[in-house]
Amino acid sequence: MEHILSMFVQGVFTQNLALSLFLGMCTFLAVSKKVSSAIGLGIAVIVVQTITIPVNNLLYNFVLREGALSWLGLPNLDLSFLSFITFIGVIAAIVQILEMTLDRFFPPLYNALGVFLPLITVNCAIMGGSLFMQQRDYNFGDSCLYGLFSGLGWAFAIAVLAGIREKLEYAHSPKGLRGLGVAFMTAGLLAMAFMTFSGM
Amino acid sequence: MELTQNDKKSFLEPLFKNNPVFVQILGICSALAVTTSMKTAITMTLAVTFVTAFSNVGVSLIRKFIPGSIRMIVEMTIIAALVILVDQLIKAFSYDLSKQLSVYVGLIITNCIVMGRAEAFAIKNAPTGSFLDGLGNGLGYGCVLLIVAFFRELFGFGKIFGFVVFKTVQNGGWYVPNGLMVTAPAAFFLIGAIIWIAKTFNKSLQDAE
Repeated sequence: MEHILSMFVQGVFTQNLALSLFLGMCTFLAVSKKVSSAIGLGIAVIVVQTITIPVNNLLYNFVLREGALSWLGLPNLDLSFLSFITFIGVIAAIVQILEMTLDRFFPPLYNALGVFLPLITVNCAIMGGSLFMQQRDYNFGDSCLYGLFSGLGWAFAIAVLAGIREKLEYAHSPKGLRGLGVAFMTAGLLAMAFMTFSGM
Repeated sequence: MELTQNDKKSFLEPLFKNNPVFVQILGICSALAVTTSMKTAITMTLAVTFVTAFSNVGVSLIRKFIPGSIRMIVEMTIIAALVILVDQLIKAFSYDLSKQLSVYVGLIITNCIVMGRAEAFAIKNAPTGSFLDGLGNGLGYGCVLLIVAFFRELFGFGKIFGFVVFKTVQNGGWYVPNGLMVTAPAAFFLIGAIIWIAKTFNKSLQDAE
């Protein structure tokens, strides 16, 4: 239980993908103009993250890792240099499958999330999650938790930023700062707030 | 080979006027993450420039043979192959640096600049122009990285490229390092400030009322 809690705090607060590791910034800034679309994208990220990280974890541990293929009589084979291309392939494939499944079986959900799904393939939060999983050497259970919590953290961050940006629309900021400039500053302040969690 | 006016334009425009980072807002993730020191910023610049330039050439060379429906995955494969090459090179020649850059080298694959240029430019243009476009975008990205890294390293550690500029208090000097500069928020503030400056001097970039 304590372990799950610490994974939760790490994934959502102290190592927040968006605000302390700067992942998924492009979509983070582009889709945070409205709370409703931010939440839609956030949910899509949680779903994809929770599926792709465990899948990549299995692939890494049973195919790519050094010595993983020893049952084939290849104990010295180290395919970990192929991890980038494998991970991105898995992510692209899963996003595609998810899109088709949603379209076929859950049309309302597809209509809500559909536009965000293609954006996710090139969202570096997803790829970054898998790479951190590899770097930190998570086992399968941990990688499931990490996928869920890191996605949750990202979704939380984009929802908060969107909420603030909606209100800031009515503020009189200097002309050059309007739009993206002020979004960056807001994200900076949010990141500062999230830093205070790091003592936990 | 004679360079056309268009080729020059595709090289020079992304350096400032159509900069990938503060005008097109692409590739922000790594621009924020690897800028705590000049050394990592330069490595990242070289890596991204190399990947963008050559993935553009690769995509452009086979652009007439790629069916439209699978072009994304073909582009992705070319990019991923180049990134693996870069990653292996950095690991081989400078292992410490590759530890510092951690996952961000791998994330060049999903860096929107690379994908964006392949999709927006290389798929429609000849190899020479595409190469220059990739080079220009990579360097334009690098400029921003270096500016941000300059401020963060100077004020965060009192150093430039690891050489002491301001002697810090810990070493018996006078400069109290600004801890904020090496943390996440400072990167957001600095890029926000660059966008602000760029938009103030280039009115055409300002958002319509």
